[in-house]
Amino acid sequence: MFARFLPRRAPSVLPGFGPALGFALAYLSIIVLMPLAALVLRPAELGFSGFIAVVTQPRVLAALRLSFGASLIATSVNAVFGLIVAWVLVRYNFPGKRIVDALVDLPFALPTAVAGVALTALYAPNGWIGRILHPLGIEVAFTPIGVVVALVFIGLPFVVRTVQPVLQDLDREVEEAAASLGASRWQTIVRVILPAILPALLTGFALALARGVGEYGSVIFIAGNMPLVSEIAPLLIVIKLEQYDYAGAAAVGVAMLSISFVMLLVLNLLQRWHRGR
Amino acid sequence: MNIEIKDIQKRFGDFVALHRINLAIRQGELLALLGPSGSGKTTLLRIIAGLEQPTSGAILFGGDDLVGQSLRERKIGFVFQHYALFRHMTVFENVAFGLRVKRRRERPGEAEIGKRVRRLLDLVQLGPFGGRYPSQLSGGQRQRVALARALAIGPRVLMLDEPFGALDAKVRKELRRWLRGLHDEMGLTSVFVTHDQEEALELADRVVIMNGGRIEQIGSPESVYEQPASAFAYEFLGNVNRFECTISNGEAVFPGGTISVSEDVVHNGGEAIAYVRPHDIEVFSGPAIAALPATVRYISAAGPLAKVEVAAADDRLIEIELARPVLRALALKVGSLVHIRARKARVFRRDTEPSPGEALSMRGEGRYPEQATPPAPMWHI
Repeated sequence: MFARFLPRRAPSVLPGFGPALGFALAYLSIIVLMPLAALVLRPAELGFSGFIAVVTQPRVLAALRLSFGASLIATSVNAVFGLIVAWVLVRYNFPGKRIVDALVDLPFALPTAVAGVALTALYAPNGWIGRILHPLGIEVAFTPIGVVVALVFIGLPFVVRTVQPVLQDLDREVEEAAASLGASRWQTIVRVILPAILPALLTGFALALARGVGEYGSVIFIAGNMPLVSEIAPLLIVIKLEQYDYAGAAAVGVAMLSISFVMLLVLNLLQRWHRGR
Repeated sequence: MNIEIKDIQKRFGDFVALHRINLAIRQGELLALLGPSGSGKTTLLRIIAGLEQPTSGAILFGGDDLVGQSLRERKIGFVFQHYALFRHMTVFENVAFGLRVKRRRERPGEAEIGKRVRRLLDLVQLGPFGGRYPSQLSGGQRQRVALARALAIGPRVLMLDEPFGALDAKVRKELRRWLRGLHDEMGLTSVFVTHDQEEALELADRVVIMNGGRIEQIGSPESVYEQPASAFAYEFLGNVNRFECTISNGEAVFPGGTISVSEDVVHNGGEAIAYVRPHDIEVFSGPAIAALPATVRYISAAGPLAKVEVAAADDRLIEIELARPVLRALALKVGSLVHIRARKARVFRRDTEPSPGEALSMRGEGRYPEQATPPAPMWHI
């Protein structure tokens, strides 16, 4: 049936379109689509009104708000500072550059629970950093700020590693051209460099955001997990599962999925719009 | 705008890219910096434009020293080899860039910017392309956008780094002619870098031949072609046949024959190199006075001049260019036996002559003895 859409043409220089597409679709269906379908079907036993009732519970709304809000804040922080880290790694040579470069990947490699425990130890009122912040009245551990800190930690490599290669490929001559036309350094960055790396930055943003929304391990240690205050949506799902409320857990999952999907779609459209110009 | 380059030196670590360059660029002229890769020509251009700082020396623009002055103040239009267009901007915005980044009190209004950009786009014959992106243009069109962009800031000097290097032969020729017209029409002072001797000789008012971080010769295209000041200049400007020879009793002796030379031989018994341009060789079908026997190996009759390759007695290949009627009169074929004679040759002492490998090497240091006297031609055959 699919073959109808494929014009029968002379053998292409890139053969294998049929089998490759077939394999890709089958693979995606088994690995991604089927679990998602199961997820969507599960809350169906609640009915639409039941679904709405679950996701509008104050505790669920608060958890969703925290998960997405903290992710957005953390990812925005990463977009700015990750860009600076990538810039420094690409543009300057300094002793220890390779070590710094390797450090960036650590959040990828570290088990998230280890990261969570380490961050909690640091930011707890008696930790190295918490001890400084506590007298100033700033509580990080066991508050939503802690959630943001954990998400900044795990999201950093996504931004750095997507922006870095694009920055590396950026033609030096383009910057020189801007300077020879009379642009100041600042004008060159804002008008020439940033627009050139914006698509990569958006990709990194989307990846870090997606990771942040789904993050569980590192956050639950530092968040304190107080319902309505510092309880993230993935944790709420686990809690519901532990109470054998499978349909309720799936409903929260579907809500997260829908919001994530819309956000990623918007980011994708933004990128396409940028590229199409 | 007169530009005076005084004692400019540039080092990259141990490597000396430019040795004390002195050069005066005259108001309104079109100057070519010509040399092989690694000769320092692009470095010199970038230093004049302020994209790079010299290690020492001064650059005077109409009397003001520019070293250390920002690019913004220099007002130099620079055209890059690979265009360096802003890919995310339309052609219009690319050209408008230099106007938009001006300080607020100098910046023209939106209507004025639009008017000026449209005028420039018309000038480079890209009027209808303002809304396109660089990726939608051909190479020649992109280069014209780059040129319009550089002209938008009303530059005092226009500098072009291998401006036609990435274009195909036909477009290159068109753009060359067009650039010459533009230069004359706008009364610009322009400097361009090229490794293509034909381009330099055809386009420029004056040619600066560079090699190994030094200036070999400065002069009009005719004078550098007719009177190359050094062996390097001779080899670099056009095709040339090279005969390693010894001077003995008024004759240049090389394996396979001798050529008698005029009386004023300065250097008897010395090693020398005789250079003969392909079009300065006469061909006879029978024996002639002071002519060498040779066998025709190859004939290419496409183009206004026929190219003939002959092999001398020692199998050395000699390139000859003949007018087509001459070729026809001689009735040459591959394998014919001919006699050849140099109509005109130029001889340089061997000790000042770089081996071909060195001539193109990056390490210019010490190729000539310090304070080298230009390797003077000694006599004509």
